[in-house]
Amino acid sequence: MNQPHIRVENLNVYYGSDHSLRDVSIELPGRQIIAVIGPSGCGKTTFLKSLNRMVELAEGARVTGRVLVDGEDIYSPTAEVTAIRKKMGLLSQTPRPLPMSIYENVAYGPRIHGLNDRRKLDEIVEFRLRQVGLWEEVKDRLGQPASRISIGQQQRLCLARGLAVEPEIILADEPTSALDPMSSRRIEECFLELKKDYTIVIVTHILRQARRLADYAAFFYCGRLVEHGPAARMFENPTQRETIEYVKGIIS
Amino acid sequence: MDRRRVEEAVMKGLMKAATLLIVGVLGLIMLTILVRGIRAMSWSMLTQTPKGGFYLGREGGILNAIVGSFYIAGGATGLAFAAAVPVVLYLNVFCRRGSRTAAVIRFLLDVLWGVPSIVFGAFGFLLMLAVGLRASLLGGILTVSLFVLPILCRAMDEVVRMIPTDLLESSYALGATRLQTAVRVVLRQASAGILTAVLIAFGRGVGDAASVLFTAGYSDQIPQSLTRPAATLPLAIFFQLGTPFPQVQDRAYAAALILTVVVLATSLLSRRLGRRLTRHSIS
Amino acid sequence: MGLPNRTKRSRLYDRAAAVLMGVLARLSGLIVIVIAAGLFWKSVPILKNQSLSALLFSSEWYPLRGQFGFLPFIMGSLWVTGTAMILAVPLCLLTAIYLAEYAPRGIREGMRPLIDLLAGIPSVVYGVWGVLVVVPWVKRAAGWFGYSTSGYCVLSAGIVLAVMIFPVIIHMTVEILRAVPQEIREASLSLGATQWQTIKKVVLRKAFGGVLAAIVLGLSRAFGETIAVLMVAGNAVRSPTGFLDAAYPLPALIANNYGEMMSIPLYDSAMMLACLILLGIVLVFNVLAKLVLMRIQKEIQ
Repeated sequence: MNQPHIRVENLNVYYGSDHSLRDVSIELPGRQIIAVIGPSGCGKTTFLKSLNRMVELAEGARVTGRVLVDGEDIYSPTAEVTAIRKKMGLLSQTPRPLPMSIYENVAYGPRIHGLNDRRKLDEIVEFRLRQVGLWEEVKDRLGQPASRISIGQQQRLCLARGLAVEPEIILADEPTSALDPMSSRRIEECFLELKKDYTIVIVTHILRQARRLADYAAFFYCGRLVEHGPAARMFENPTQRETIEYVKGIIS
Repeated sequence: MDRRRVEEAVMKGLMKAATLLIVGVLGLIMLTILVRGIRAMSWSMLTQTPKGGFYLGREGGILNAIVGSFYIAGGATGLAFAAAVPVVLYLNVFCRRGSRTAAVIRFLLDVLWGVPSIVFGAFGFLLMLAVGLRASLLGGILTVSLFVLPILCRAMDEVVRMIPTDLLESSYALGATRLQTAVRVVLRQASAGILTAVLIAFGRGVGDAASVLFTAGYSDQIPQSLTRPAATLPLAIFFQLGTPFPQVQDRAYAAALILTVVVLATSLLSRRLGRRLTRHSIS
Repeated sequence: MGLPNRTKRSRLYDRAAAVLMGVLARLSGLIVIVIAAGLFWKSVPILKNQSLSALLFSSEWYPLRGQFGFLPFIMGSLWVTGTAMILAVPLCLLTAIYLAEYAPRGIREGMRPLIDLLAGIPSVVYGVWGVLVVVPWVKRAAGWFGYSTSGYCVLSAGIVLAVMIFPVIIHMTVEILRAVPQEIREASLSLGATQWQTIKKVVLRKAFGGVLAAIVLGLSRAFGETIAVLMVAGNAVRSPTGFLDAAYPLPALIANNYGEMMSIPLYDSAMMLACLILLGIVLVFNVLAKLVLMRIQKEIQ
């Protein structure tokens, strides 16, 4: 078993008076796919967004507890939020290409971090687009607005964009829920390929997807982390009543 | 890395400075009007017409302009309201959702809203020439009513458009015609918003100078009939500020204070009423 | 059961109302066209008498001799409006970005009534402020730099106009920025961009058309503004050559000369042409801005 990559200690998230995440503690292993499962509204997405401090963008959000990435608390007052986020790529539910060309979308991250050498940018763009299997499909129209390619391609573009800032962790929030089955499969294949080098945290409400992908699983219910463990055990031998019912499909 | 941080800090500082500057300017304007106005204000200012000679008399007050402004803005808002209600009901009840006609009319009303008030003034004067009307209370009312019509229509339209379709449909389901639905359901449901729109239009009408410049004329007397010229607060300010006599200028400052108070009170009132009356409608 | 049957009469009323209201609604839409047509009709005499280019590009303004060159007034309008835009645009964008992106909710909500307040102040009151505060201030400030001016000049008018269009531009820009979907901000932030980088490279890019429309609406408002400008611009019939020269913008020309226009031949027609030019320019601005905004609205829905 790997070193824990992310360690969460007593994490609580409040939106105004709403207590959305209750006292969550968990260690996430590195270079694996970790599936975060649970019924909708259970705090999965909030948990994911608290890993790169995106949760703070919501008006009235309040966070207590610690999240340690490589041993460093990302919520400590001295933590540099942009550096933390650079470490983690985020893939959202519906693909959100930035309002610029395909090329610029991938080059955006390196650019904001100060890389302006055109040749290097060209290399990065090609490398990352190949990594997500998009290069052959778009190499002749890199200058076109990113909104023109299909949704499935957009999602892979977003993945390439995230990879271009050289993260260690990929956070994915139901990344296939807006996609057709074919495109979903391509994303899943990408993930399986990427887990050699990255830690991937994926929120999903599709149990079968979790089974297909996950090495490790965490089950959330009503804002609480009910149970977590290696995926095989979680799906074959869950111990908690809620997990059993969820895995069997009694609650969803 | 560090440059990004510095750039952000500098820009944020500039933004806060710009915001403060704008608030400061607003404060300066209010302070100027308030200080000068209060110094010039007296009981006779509010209760007397100018005395001591035509236009440049150094005594008396600005009752003529206060009354004239209320006549003109009130009359114009009333007239425009009478025209705007059927227009708005037509756009929202008689036209289907997504109707092209309605879209075109809304667009033209928006364009009309953007027409400078001096153009309304000139056009109003043209119309008056055509029918042989001279600068008068009636001319002012007609011109200002054209000026506030698009404001009233579009402000009311925005409110009425918010009414859920279900509400109209449940009225139709009882066998009501569109007209009955429009009058009994739509107007009642939107009453708060309509009142707000009326107050907004009144505020705009009472404050505008360029549209009444040629059409309402100016007079030291309170107008006794629709065909007599009438003074207005904006013009009282404009004409009297330009005179070399401090006593006359004082009347301009007092008029500016009164006009500002009237306009701001109108806008405050419209907010309050708007909020309170929404309780009676179904949301 | 006991209900009276008045369906027939109701339907008759309904149909009559539909026709009547339809006519009224169409008429209200036509007003703007009627205004343009009326002004054009009245401008025909002078357009027949002189070529349009001579009217627009000549500086000879001698109504008694029948010479009507509008150039000084057009230049006056351009100078005054241009100055206002130079002052207003950066300030408004900074403020709008602050309010939409950075300001805590309390400040954002608190600024809204203040901006409304600024929008509600009548233009003549801005004029009073201009005469009492801006004009003497400009005069004194110019003196520090060794220039002499009465203070009634392009700069004063520009300052007053800039303040008048603050609320127009700020209000609309804030709306436009808030309509940019939060997700694309998150996408940029998640890559480690700072908030300012996100605003500069993503939000403003996305909102570009709308912000431009807001600026154009402010511009057209400034272009058509009359009384406040009339009170502080100085009104000398000469194209201004600097910020401290007096200017005589088109609306001020119309406002000042309407009374005497009847006695001089073609003068009234020249005034109507001035109105028409003003209306034309403002309408072009407004229609363009409106079309952009309508496209954005459709995109959002």
